[in-house]
Amino acid sequence: MTSLESHIPSRSPSLGRRPLSRETVIGWGLILVLVAAAVFAHLAGEPFYVNLASRIAIVALAGVGLNLALGFGGMVSFGHAAFFGIGGYVAGIGAFHAFDQSPLFGLSGLPAGSDLMPVLWLSALLVCGLVAYAIGAISLGTSGVYFIMITLAFAQMIYYFAVSWPTYGGEDGLPIYIRNSLPGLDTNNPLVFFTLCMALLGLALFLTQRWMNARFGAALTMARLNETRLATAGVEPRPIRLAAFVISGMITGVAGALFADLNGFVGPSMLSWHRSGEIMVIVILGGVGRLCGPLAGAILFVMMETLLGGLTEYWQLFLGVVLLAVVLFARGGVMGLLAGRERYA
Amino acid sequence: MLSVESIETCYGPSQALFGVDLAVEPGQLVALMGRNGMGKTTTIRSIFGLTPPRRGRVLLDGQPIQGRASHRIARLGLGLVPEGRRCFTNLTVRENLLATAQPGHWTLERVERLFPRLAERTHQGARTLSGGEQQMLAIGRALMTNPRLLVLDEATEGLAPVIRQEIWKAIHTLKQDGLSILLVDKTLSELLPVADHCVVLEKGRTAWTGQPDELTDALKDRYLGV
Repeated sequence: MTSLESHIPSRSPSLGRRPLSRETVIGWGLILVLVAAAVFAHLAGEPFYVNLASRIAIVALAGVGLNLALGFGGMVSFGHAAFFGIGGYVAGIGAFHAFDQSPLFGLSGLPAGSDLMPVLWLSALLVCGLVAYAIGAISLGTSGVYFIMITLAFAQMIYYFAVSWPTYGGEDGLPIYIRNSLPGLDTNNPLVFFTLCMALLGLALFLTQRWMNARFGAALTMARLNETRLATAGVEPRPIRLAAFVISGMITGVAGALFADLNGFVGPSMLSWHRSGEIMVIVILGGVGRLCGPLAGAILFVMMETLLGGLTEYWQLFLGVVLLAVVLFARGGVMGLLAGRERYA
Repeated sequence: MLSVESIETCYGPSQALFGVDLAVEPGQLVALMGRNGMGKTTTIRSIFGLTPPRRGRVLLDGQPIQGRASHRIARLGLGLVPEGRRCFTNLTVRENLLATAQPGHWTLERVERLFPRLAERTHQGARTLSGGEQQMLAIGRALMTNPRLLVLDEATEGLAPVIRQEIWKAIHTLKQDGLSILLVDKTLSELLPVADHCVVLEKGRTAWTGQPDELTDALKDRYLGV
């Protein structure tokens, strides 16, 4: 295949349409609101709210990952907690062995653990990519409800594997005593950590937009809309879907690594099917297949969790009502309400 | 280059083709004709492996291709313009053309020269195009895969007369360029002048083959009249 760039010399962000669509403006608006909130909270000396903003950015990043599979690729994965959790465990296990000065998995010959964030992020990308490849290669033979079930089954396998591995805390999870570091930066400073999360979220959004506006995105959309039609044009749909699924898992994995560092803890709860559902809810709330949908969904979800969760422990009842309303009356989610009709319906 | 040898195809338990033979030589335009329900679309589906034939052979340049996956068959140089101008309506015109493109003679510029209307609408969503423009887009999309044989199912069905003329003009141009074409269409007045060879199906069998001028009124009445 030749690349799109060779056919199209200049490409503005949204395929040479209007330079700034309403969706783009709202996307930037959401990013700015989040950044402004974090900076304001930092200046006001409220680290709790800075961390809350970090949490939104991380959860949004996980959603951006899932959105690539679920929204753009039409693959309803109910097992993305597997990648989220594996990313978290990569950060936790790396820190554990770096703290211990012991080789990885306690096996002599393996290198020692690392507490450097770039190393952990790359490891999370690599491990999640491999796991997503294995899960995707098997699961993509199915579709519809079977795909949902098989991805759930894989995630549950990994969940029980983590629960039954005592070295890394088993059911109790694994604390990260000292937040992993990045040379030259004080990652313990909430604002610095937020900036890192935001930078990765921005990178993921940028890359997703690039890919979706390129030939890969068009082919992925075609595979979602009509596999047969794509096949009769000489393109096999499955590798395209698999690539999207792998990238999707990798992005969610990095989010997991950040999440473990944010909480200073990684446990099996990061791998549980509730978590898969939560990421899916965020994508649906924000708008399925909308670039900034997961960000909008994450803001709404975390705000509800914090504000309503402070009032009543039954806050998820209200989440359910909101979700029901979105599914019934606003299928484009928050982005659909704010930015109007989606491009890839 | 393409030859279909007595293929039999079934949809589940019900058999639709009982022995279809046809051949397309390089540079030829072959018209596949027959009333509704006689197996024209099923023949095309069988060639592309969408409903693989139970018996018989489909040969491309002497190589059997029946039973292969659709995308492999398409990669061998077959381009399909399916019935009902099936574009990807959520994508723009340009995305439709580029996503499945293969390097070769046909480029975005050449397709846009063939159908200037597509050039004007390059950034428009395909769903905003008229039916005729969508058919042009479907043809353009097939051409962008740089096929050696273009297969058009119901090339001008349901289109406005002005658009039909544009499509027929394009088909003439493609034929003059030496592209092999297998064409299904119901308007004999426009189909016969451009065809080199005709294949008439009846009840899932090849009932008649010959030159367009050999297709007498009696034959037309017997096989094609309503």
